[in-house]
Amino acid sequence: MSALSLYTSDVVALARKDLRLELRARDTLPAMLLFVLSTLAVFHFALPTGTGADAAYGLLWIAIVFTALLGLGRAWAPEREGGALEALVLAPCDRSAIWLGKTLATLAFLAAAELVALPAFALFFAPLDLVAVAGVVLASIGICAVGSLLAAMAAASRGREVILPLLFLPLVIPLVVGGVGAGISPDGAAFLSFLGLYDLVFAILAWATFEYVVTE
Amino acid sequence: MIAGEGLEKRYGGKRVLRGVSFVLPRRGFLLVTGPNGSGKTTLLRLLAGLAAPTKGSIRVEGDRGDLGFLGHEPMLYRELTALENLELFGRLYRVAERRERSGMLLERFGLWDVRSDRVSTFSRGMVQRLALCRTLLHDPALLVLDEPFTALDEAGAALLDGELAALTGDRTIVLSTHDPQRVAALATERLVLA
Amino acid sequence: MSSRNNLPLLAFTTAGLLGLAVVLALLVAPEDANQGVSQRIFYFHVPIALTAYACFGLGAWKALRLLWVGGERRDLESYTWIHQGTIFGALTLITGSIWAKASWGVWWSWGSNQLVLFLVLFLFYCAYFMLRFSIDEGARRERICAVYALFGVALIPVSFFAIRLASDFIHPTVFTRAGPQMTHTMFGAFVVSWAAITLLAYVMYRVELSGKRADSNLRDLREALS
Repeated sequence: MSALSLYTSDVVALARKDLRLELRARDTLPAMLLFVLSTLAVFHFALPTGTGADAAYGLLWIAIVFTALLGLGRAWAPEREGGALEALVLAPCDRSAIWLGKTLATLAFLAAAELVALPAFALFFAPLDLVAVAGVVLASIGICAVGSLLAAMAAASRGREVILPLLFLPLVIPLVVGGVGAGISPDGAAFLSFLGLYDLVFAILAWATFEYVVTE
Repeated sequence: MIAGEGLEKRYGGKRVLRGVSFVLPRRGFLLVTGPNGSGKTTLLRLLAGLAAPTKGSIRVEGDRGDLGFLGHEPMLYRELTALENLELFGRLYRVAERRERSGMLLERFGLWDVRSDRVSTFSRGMVQRLALCRTLLHDPALLVLDEPFTALDEAGAALLDGELAALTGDRTIVLSTHDPQRVAALATERLVLA
Repeated sequence: MSSRNNLPLLAFTTAGLLGLAVVLALLVAPEDANQGVSQRIFYFHVPIALTAYACFGLGAWKALRLLWVGGERRDLESYTWIHQGTIFGALTLITGSIWAKASWGVWWSWGSNQLVLFLVLFLFYCAYFMLRFSIDEGARRERICAVYALFGVALIPVSFFAIRLASDFIHPTVFTRAGPQMTHTMFGAFVVSWAAITLLAYVMYRVELSGKRADSNLRDLREALS
């Protein structure tokens, strides 16, 4: 087997493991779905009448970011519970494959939450066009790529769940700019390109540095 | 072959290991003993590469695929079944014919009947047995075992005795324990930590 | 270590340069036609901002070296540079805010790309300290902090673009402030100020680093004696 296909099969095996675990435990994904819907409902009550669709669209992104945070907080929980992360680190496979597998699984959960959130948003507030949805897709990739690495950092700290939002929010600001811009600005393509740039830069950085986060 | 030279490990202000040196030739059996808090676990984690020494150096022959490590944590996924755990680690550790090998190990350690049960349903002793399966799955040349007899009942301990007897002289083994009498006969070297 | 000995000399030079810079900026440089007295803060605000960027960059460089080559020394150096960067970042926000008040009458403006960028960076690097002090000392902490420092330096240009995009489309800039067209005297004052502040950052870095090293040596000694 070539090195690349070996790497790919490692990543797939790890991502499938996470999907299987979630299917069994069923704790994180339903929480994310309910959270995003509840948050959208809260926004309705938080927005006075006459608020434009643009403002509501901004709030959608807050919902997405905090729903992602909810999922990311639990992302490494299975590894922590049984101490499995060390077994993964000791394995001959590339450490970056651990990050990539986790990122893909987290992305799947976030996508599932968005499949609920976006139609709900269109129903409650304002319709969404294709550029806006593309923005959500691109930003989600960045969120999960950066988030799963930060979550691994947070797992090593005494602060645990508390520290993850602090690490995550500043890094996510450019994604929010990109996502909101893609939805409401006339030049949505510029924002989509920007989101692509963010994803490229930070995914590569996370891929390259994950090894150092989980080893001594 | 493992060589440690002047190993020290400090966690924050506390020094857990000081000036530990030893040489273990290939296929040797190093027995590590010492009271609680003497740094046995820390030393074994240094050997496994899970921690880096604050001072001193370690040389371990072989790469990650040659190492089988059993620590205090089982290093398993609680909500996967025994088979699924071994299947996943078998793939990551590049085990040839992993299905067969997993089955063989489960049977050897008396876990065949519960192979499709989730680890969260296991007793502590069963978890330890499965952890041993995971450790031995890829037939490593170097075994680092941190108090492997923990939580094992008589039957389990006897199984482990048998495994160790079979592997001694064929693999390099480092084992730490509170009960040195059990394996004293097999050991070729001894390291007592104070 | 002869470099240790030049610290008092550097400190005196810094004090002198700073004094000179203050004199030049407040008294000697001509008053800006459009903005008046408030523009004088520019002589400090911009060098402070540039110095902050440099400190973050150096912190990331040391972090990169730590990951490549290793060594506890680099961890302390990286941390100290980032600490300096955060201090100067806070100063950037403060001087920028004062300038905003003097120019536009408001203490904060989302229209100032520079201010907003520094707010994001300030939040990011504050989280660095929270992260650092929530992990037990050791090789793990060094590496995690180093990786985070690298993310910070990648965040700087990315945020810059994001804020630029945002201010063009989402939050159109209401106030504009062009950099002053600098005469020779103005440029001279700016350069002196920049040199002074850069030197100040370096001196502070050296002082803090030697303090941290002394701490570390002291602890090693205690360990050896006990």
